Amino acid sequence: MRKLMSLLFALLLLPQIALAREAAPVAEDPALEARVTKIAEELRCLVCQNQNIADSHAELAIDLKNQVREMLKKGMSDKEIIDFMVSRYGDFVLYRPPVKGTTWLLWFGPFVLLAGGLGFLFMRLRRRQGQEVTISDADRATAEALLDGNYKEQQ
Amino acid sequence: MRRFLLPLGLFIVLAGFLAVGLGLNPREVPSPLIGKPAPDFRLAKLHQPEAVVTPADLRGQVWLLNVWASWCVSCRQEHPVLVDLARHKLVTMIGLDYKDGRDAAKAWLNEHGDPYAFSLFDGDGRVGIDYGVYGVPETFLVDRDGIIRYKHIGPLTDRVVKEKIVPLLKELNRA
Repeated sequence: MRKLMSLLFALLLLPQIALAREAAPVAEDPALEARVTKIAEELRCLVCQNQNIADSHAELAIDLKNQVREMLKKGMSDKEIIDFMVSRYGDFVLYRPPVKGTTWLLWFGPFVLLAGGLGFLFMRLRRRQGQEVTISDADRATAEALLDGNYKEQQ
Repeated sequence: MRRFLLPLGLFIVLAGFLAVGLGLNPREVPSPLIGKPAPDFRLAKLHQPEAVVTPADLRGQVWLLNVWASWCVSCRQEHPVLVDLARHKLVTMIGLDYKDGRDAAKAWLNEHGDPYAFSLFDGDGRVGIDYGVYGVPETFLVDRDGIIRYKHIGPLTDRVVKEKIVPLLKELNRA
């Protein structure tokens, strides 16, 4: 029985061993690859526009990743590489648009809307507070009767 | 009645923005290269691998750079437009054969006609990256001083040639 169990256990482990072999590192230099991925995540794939080039398998994205890898190997800084891409593909290639004149509305518009909404709410509440509420004696008596629990329809 | 005016106004403004947005093409990314010197390259001609061309060789003439490839389906669509434009001899037309094989490219030109003065062979697509190419076909117009004046993304149509390219060529040829 014990033998059978250990055999079964060994069989269970088999797929793990197979998987471990498949997950061999893709690049010869993992540190470099990590930097490539970090930059690639900041760059938009222009073919499939809602993906960055790290995620994309479009041919252009693969070419651009190779370009980034080569530039890193040449010892260029992250900023130099990003500038290289922007000078060719424009700001659009940046996944996070830069803060500048033409993008102010994009960056700050939501906050302006929020402030406007809060202001509107505040004014409405202020106006409502100012209104005097008058209750007639009959209404007050009815309310008290209701609260006491001995309300009877008066007819 | 007055109380509906503000929401109605907001709705009309929003509808206006959305209407404009519907008309825009998100695939057309404005090129930062317009008004800048054409990026440098050293490329061999497709038909003469020993002949190397650089943008400096093209100084003093207006040239059109059309990025194409034998694998590119939309290039087939725009090709008759290019052949027609070549017939008018308004501009030096240069092809940039992007990420292609020489034999396939030559066969493609034999089949569809060759409107280009010559094609340059960019097998690994490096020059394409320098020109910010992200979808073939793309077309650039470069003036006598080597400045990029216009870029069209996607297949050229008769309408684009008539309304944009020909008027600009006439202006550049006059200058």
